[in-house]
Parts: sequence; C-alpha cells; structure tokens
Amino acid sequence: MAVRTRMSGNEAVSHAIRQISPDVMPAFPITPSTEIPQYISTMIANGEIDTEFIPVESEHSAMSAAIGAGAAGARVFTATSSAGLALMWEVVYVAASSRLPLVMAVVNRGLTGPLNINAEHSDSMGARDSGWIQIYAENNQEAYDNMLQAYRIAEHAEVHLPVMICQDGFITSHAVENISLLEDEPVKKFVGEYEPEHFLLNEKEPMAVGPYAVSNYCMEAKKAQAEAMIRAKKVILDVAREFEELSGRTYGFYEAYRMEDAEYAVVAIGSVCGTTKDAVDRLREAGVKAGLVKVRVFRPFPGEELAEALRGCKAVAIMDRCESYSGEGGPLGAELTAAMYRAKLAAETVNIVYGLSGRDVRVEDMERVYDDLRKMAEEGLRFAQYPYLGLRE
Amino acid sequence: MATHTEIRWHGRGGQGAKTAALLLADVAFMTGKHVQGFPEYGPERMGAPITAYDRISDEEIRVHSNIYEPDYVAVVDDTLLHAVDVTKGLKESGGILINTEKPKEEILPYLKGYQGKVYTINAREVCMRTMGQYFPNTPMLAAIVKISGVMEPDVFLREMESSLAHKFAKKPEVLAGNMAALKLALTEVR
Repeated sequence: MAVRTRMSGNEAVSHAIRQISPDVMPAFPITPSTEIPQYISTMIANGEIDTEFIPVESEHSAMSAAIGAGAAGARVFTATSSAGLALMWEVVYVAASSRLPLVMAVVNRGLTGPLNINAEHSDSMGARDSGWIQIYAENNQEAYDNMLQAYRIAEHAEVHLPVMICQDGFITSHAVENISLLEDEPVKKFVGEYEPEHFLLNEKEPMAVGPYAVSNYCMEAKKAQAEAMIRAKKVILDVAREFEELSGRTYGFYEAYRMEDAEYAVVAIGSVCGTTKDAVDRLREAGVKAGLVKVRVFRPFPGEELAEALRGCKAVAIMDRCESYSGEGGPLGAELTAAMYRAKLAAETVNIVYGLSGRDVRVEDMERVYDDLRKMAEEGLRFAQYPYLGLRE
Repeated sequence: MATHTEIRWHGRGGQGAKTAALLLADVAFMTGKHVQGFPEYGPERMGAPITAYDRISDEEIRVHSNIYEPDYVAVVDDTLLHAVDVTKGLKESGGILINTEKPKEEILPYLKGYQGKVYTINAREVCMRTMGQYFPNTPMLAAIVKISGVMEPDVFLREMESSLAHKFAKKPEVLAGNMAALKLALTEVR
C-alpha cells in the first residue's frame, strides 16, 4: 500500500534513509541540505533507526569518515551541497577509486561566487569526472524514489561505485508537495542487507584500501573503474525495472515527455523539467510539436540513448544550470552535442545556460525557448554560442 | 471544474510567513488537494522582507517557478506596505489580506489602485484575546482560507484541530488557544 502524504524534498530523502537505515552517517551541515542530517539525527535520537551518526568538523572529514566506514564494510550515507562538496573534493575521488558503494544526497546549490545559496548544478557538475554515479530528480517524489534505488546500484557486484542522488536546492528541497511513499517492509526487502565482498574488518582476508599504485598498475585500475561505470548502465535499468514492479513508477536514463512525434525538443535536468512539461502542454494545444527529454542519469552519461531519443527532431535546446567557463557552454551541452554528432543527427542545436544562482524560470520562459527552436528550424535563426536564459541586459 | 489557486505571502523574517504558507499547503493536502508550499530564499534575516508561496489545485502541480500573478496575497506585517509592491501581478478577480490595526481606509492608498477585494484583520488583537501571545500566522491562516475559499471553514477547523492535537499532544492549553484564534479570525476578517 502506498502512503499518500506531503513533504519537502529534504524530508523525502530523509524518509528514504529512515527506511533504509544505513549503518553509518558522517555529515557536516550546509545549506540547503542541512535539514537532511537534522531530520536523520533526530530519528536516531528518537530511537527510530540505529544508524551511527558521526558529527565531524568539516565536509572533508565527513567524506573521509564515510570512506573509512565504507572500507570497514558498513553501508554509509552522507549529504552535502555546494562548497561542502567542493571541500570534499580530494576524497570524493578516493571514494570512487576505492570502489566504495557510498551514497550521498547532493542538494544542488551554486559554487561561490558571488556567494549565493540557491539552486544551480555547478557543485555536482564540477564532480562529474570524479567517478561517482549521478542521478538527478525533478521533484520530491523522484528524490525519494532515486534514493531507494541508489544502494542497489552502488552495491551491485558489477558496479561497486558511489552514487550521488541530486535534487535542486530550495526549489524541491524546501518545497512541500504531494508524494507517494512506500511502506517500510517492502522498501527494506527491495534494498536488502548489505553483504560486502571485501572489507577491512574481515579478519580472514587482510587487505589494504587506497595504497600507492605504481604506473605499471595505476592505469589498469583506472580502466577497471571506467568499465564499472559502463556496466552500471545495465544495473541502473535492471534496478529501475524492479522498482517499477514495486512502486508502479517508471524510471530509466531519461524521461521522454511527448517526444513521439516531437520536432522541437528541450533537454534539461532537474526541477525545470516540470515547468517545461507545462510549456510543452500549452504548445501542443496550439499545435506545436514540442517535447522534453529529461536527463535523470548524468553519470554514466547515456549519450547514445539520448541522441536516439532526439532522432527526428528539427531543433534541440540543451539546457545547463551551470556555467563551465569553457567559452563553449555547459557540461550537458558539450557532452550531448558530441553524442549527437557521433549519432549523425542533423538537428539544429543551441546550448542555453539558465537558472544560475536560483534565477527563476517560468513556463513562459520555456515557451520562448521553443519559439526560438522553431525560428532556428524554419527561419534560419542562429545564436552566438551560447545564450543565457532570462539574463538582465 | 478543476480549480487552481495561487497565493503569495509577504512577511518579515521571523514572523512565520513561510510557516503559514507550509501550514496552508498542509491543511489543503488534508482535504485531498494537490499542493505546493515553498519559500523564496534571499539573504533574509530577522525582520527582512520575505516571500512564500502556495499552489493549491485539483490537478497535479508540475511547475516549479515563483508565482507572479497570484489569485490572493497575504501581508503578515503592514509596515511592508511601504517597502514592497504587494499588489504586483495580483489578479483583480482575487483579493488581498492585510494584517493591520489600522482601518481599511488608511491601507487603501498603499495598494496602487488595486480594484480587487481588500480584506483586513487585526491579528494582534485576535492573538491577545485567545492565546495571550502574538503569533500572526495563526489568524492569518484562517483568514486566507476564508477569503480564498480553498476549503470550507468547518473542514479547515476540523483538519487543523486534528493536526494541532497531534502537534501539541502534551500541551492541551496551546491547542485550545490556537483553535480559539482560528475561529475568531474567521469572523474578524473584514
């Protein structure tokens, strides 16, 4: 039986963690993810779960403690945002290369500066090459559902990689919305017990975690890690199928919204996708063949699959809630454009930077994006790469 | 016909405008609605102007933007009338609710010729008569329910009672004061 209720995105993630009750949670608070350790440490204090909470003095220590606990054989959770993730930087890579199946809730917020606390993807996008799987949510429901699937993916014998479960700071983390929760027992059964294969507390198998590797071995280790990321693709889909049997909700690498015959498509990540769906519906009523491809999994990057979803489109807008200062646009724009080139797609493309530092995006803004796509396809409109949406002149 | 109501709250940091918006979403959910209650975060601190929003609908809510053309506006502190354009984008088919001790005539000049309905409530008086402490969002919540019609007042009171009874299980006197404030506010809004 589903439990229909209402809660914020941060509450939804915390509720999932209550149901999973991981062994260890080291965390250091940072806006807008602070509520997650708040809620969970309250649950621990109230005796609802027996997770060991480790209050640490910085995010670098939070991730270091997570790595230590994970290497010891524990199921580990932590949460952070923005500068917190940036401070973890060094050890974020260590977690992935040590092949530890940690799970971290990232409540997306821009990196400084100017100093700002609002939604942007620059924090997790900055960590896109760190070797973590990244899964993004449109709303509180998806943040919850993604969290329930995270450990199954991370701990899978073919994967052994850490997972970031991302959602937009404030926009979904602090918005109270309707949500459908699963009951505790089916969740516990779905997530299962963690049985680590190799771990430091196993006295029968003495081992070292994270030692120096000479050049003769290091490249092979990195290749093995890269192969695991590729194998994660199948596991992500398998887990999603099983989750659908449990919940009735469908997940994949991406969601195609009204794409069957779409001529104009927006590709985006996160909460803006809900706003874009309203724009698509309005345009469809006016006879415009608009569609949306919402990217759920950014790492591993499903380039071939996304390109295939866009085949047949006349013009595509690729939206980045992140400035990468490359002079060429954002990370989704760069990677998807490359994938479309390899797939020999002929659609016109424009990479749009939007929503930096929480800049609001309205349904009307997205309608204008589709209007520009139509002009690109029909009237030869060309943008200097790359436009900012809603920039004040 | 499916209804969709959008409400914008103006308050000052620490007065509970965000809490009021979230409480309204909460109680509207209890009546079977789709809801969205969220604050707009700036560099706020105690006393700085803040904004919060509610969407209450019969249908699923997917949009994640702020509200620019609300059906109703609730102003928790009348000193904001000098500082904030509270009727900006407000639909004339809707209305504005202002917490003030002043008569309505003194408020109207601040509303830039707004042609919709204007309601006031003296939340301080309601609070002092019922709870002995000033928590403006309690009467404001009842008043916005009454003027917006997002739910029937008796349904509202019933749902609030069950939710507050749970919240204040160990402080029954707080429950009684809150319920009295809500009921009085329903009649004191004008």
